[in-house]
Amino acid sequence: MSFTPWSKESASAVLDTTRLEPGPVLISLQALQEEFGYVHAEAVALVAEACNVSRADVHGVLTYYHDLRRTPPPENIVSICGAEACQSVGARELIAGAKKSLPREVEIKEVFCFGNCALGPAASVNGRLIGRARVADLFAHLKGSGKE
Amino acid sequence: MNQIRIYVPKDSAARSVGADDVAQAIERESVQRGLSITIIRNGSRGALWLEPLVEVETETGRMAYGPVRVEEVASLFDSGFQLGREHPLSLGLTEDISWLARQDRFTFERVGLIDPLSISDYQNSGGLVGLRRALEMETDAIVAEVTDSGLRGRGGAGFPAGIKWRTVLATPGEQKFICCNADEGDSGTFADRMLMEGDPFTLLEGMTIAGVAVGATEGVIYIRSEYPDAISTMREAVEIAREFGWLGKSVLGSAHSFDIRVRTGGGSYVCGEETAMLESIEGKRGVVRSKPPLPAIQGLFGKPTVINNVLTLATVPSILAKGAASYSGRGVGRSLGTQVFQLAGNIAQGGIVETAFGVTLDTLVNDFGGGTLSKRPVRAVQIGGPLGAYLPVSAFNVSMDYESLIAAGGMLGHGGVVVFDESVDMAVQAKFAMEFCAIESCGKCTPCRLGSTRGAETLEKIMQGENVEGNKRLLLDLCEVMTDGSLCAMGGLTPLPVKSAMLHFEEDFAVRREVKQ
Repeated sequence: MSFTPWSKESASAVLDTTRLEPGPVLISLQALQEEFGYVHAEAVALVAEACNVSRADVHGVLTYYHDLRRTPPPENIVSICGAEACQSVGARELIAGAKKSLPREVEIKEVFCFGNCALGPAASVNGRLIGRARVADLFAHLKGSGKE
Repeated sequence: MNQIRIYVPKDSAARSVGADDVAQAIERESVQRGLSITIIRNGSRGALWLEPLVEVETETGRMAYGPVRVEEVASLFDSGFQLGREHPLSLGLTEDISWLARQDRFTFERVGLIDPLSISDYQNSGGLVGLRRALEMETDAIVAEVTDSGLRGRGGAGFPAGIKWRTVLATPGEQKFICCNADEGDSGTFADRMLMEGDPFTLLEGMTIAGVAVGATEGVIYIRSEYPDAISTMREAVEIAREFGWLGKSVLGSAHSFDIRVRTGGGSYVCGEETAMLESIEGKRGVVRSKPPLPAIQGLFGKPTVINNVLTLATVPSILAKGAASYSGRGVGRSLGTQVFQLAGNIAQGGIVETAFGVTLDTLVNDFGGGTLSKRPVRAVQIGGPLGAYLPVSAFNVSMDYESLIAAGGMLGHGGVVVFDESVDMAVQAKFAMEFCAIESCGKCTPCRLGSTRGAETLEKIMQGENVEGNKRLLLDLCEVMTDGSLCAMGGLTPLPVKSAMLHFEEDFAVRREVKQ
């Protein structure tokens, strides 16, 4: 996945595709994140202007949703399910193992449920879902490991 | 020689254990051997422990092989699996696999059988019959058919779908909406995802019928962001349905207009609560609304809105096609029809088991599920997601229907069954329930926002052996406040897993010998 470097001009072009949708704030932020990989601080005012809401409203939405990020994403993001079905087959151990052994620059997130609850523990490496995941599988799918 | 047709699921659970690699390997191997084959990426049959489950079409039916690993593809060809011949991975005819043959597929009738995005496959297997019939009926009669079927909301609340539809039909309004709640956040549930990936047109058809029935012209499917494959499949299905002349200004040439948009969530569990979902679709923070007004009267953008779960809407087309009695003839008591159970967690044979209501928990976990994956004894089962009760093995004869589960101190929820073996520490699970509520609470009401954090702290004290009896009383008191004082099910039901764990697994909450007193 490659992202466009942040610029107000590109952001305005993105917002032109979402501003007229009903209830446009969340989808505007989602579209910006898809384009740039995160929501830049300068985007708050642009979204507020485009959607005709206050900056406080935009900030409220931006900080509410776990998915929306305000800093550029690292090269590798590993998300591991920490919900009950995966707990029952070792998710806690997988999370601990990943934190211990994956390179420090990899972002490790605990998330709740990928809907892969019969083949847990479930994890995703840069968006690719892995069932019956072991730490070695997470390694294998990191960028630069040859597999991805 | 005839073209060989091979099915390799594209379901994300199958992909998570290598289905894409297997499909590529089959393609590669067939080219090398000069064989002419067509690979169809179907949905999953639901026997997830057999994934990737590869099927080959033969004159007698589809022959199944699984679970297939890439390294085994060459040997499959060597054995002549492309002609349906025997191999150590042979499972026989798919329809004869006992795990599948014993099910009663109604909502999941087509999932795994067809190419999910082929509208001709869809129509050849009974698709659009229900909608075509609905288009010739009076709106009252459509709603009556759904009411008579006994179909209840599959999201968890179990409210009769027909009664909800009748309220929206009876509420005047120029603009009405059909919202499909596809924010399937409960751990242990994946039926919505599998239906959307495996048979998306059924959901579109159910929504269109709902629109025609109540006079709504716009539909929204709100899908959680953790389901990227379901999102892309539904978006493609909507495009195909538009081109086909199904969605748009004139539904299949009728005077009805209906279109559907797909919206995605932001990783917030509470957005599966219907009013928080409406707020999120409106682009706002996913904060729960007070009820009344009911969404049926003032829902999305203040307009009358039908909100139904994926499975509820996806069941409607077959009810319209086959008649209400075909559905209401199944089930027990006031739980009519079938339930799509999802066997998950520490289970040997997990996946989708659709049967009539009234099957026992024991049948699900031990007969279908084959016990635990770890081969250790089952200790606890959580039914209905993170807000559902933990039940012990002594409760395994409970009939799986709405009323019996409530009588047993639990709830059916969205039909997820999560199995734990004897290694589980129920105090840790109870504490997790509170922690999860603290993370996912929308923050609007105090019992949920603060109660969850205090609950987790109190459980930690119990686990540390600090004033155990006093803290247990305090915790139960807190649970009562959360149950009675929370605005929605998030805070209101979090006490259910906590209290059921304390009731059925008392020993895990006793003073622990190894810690200081």
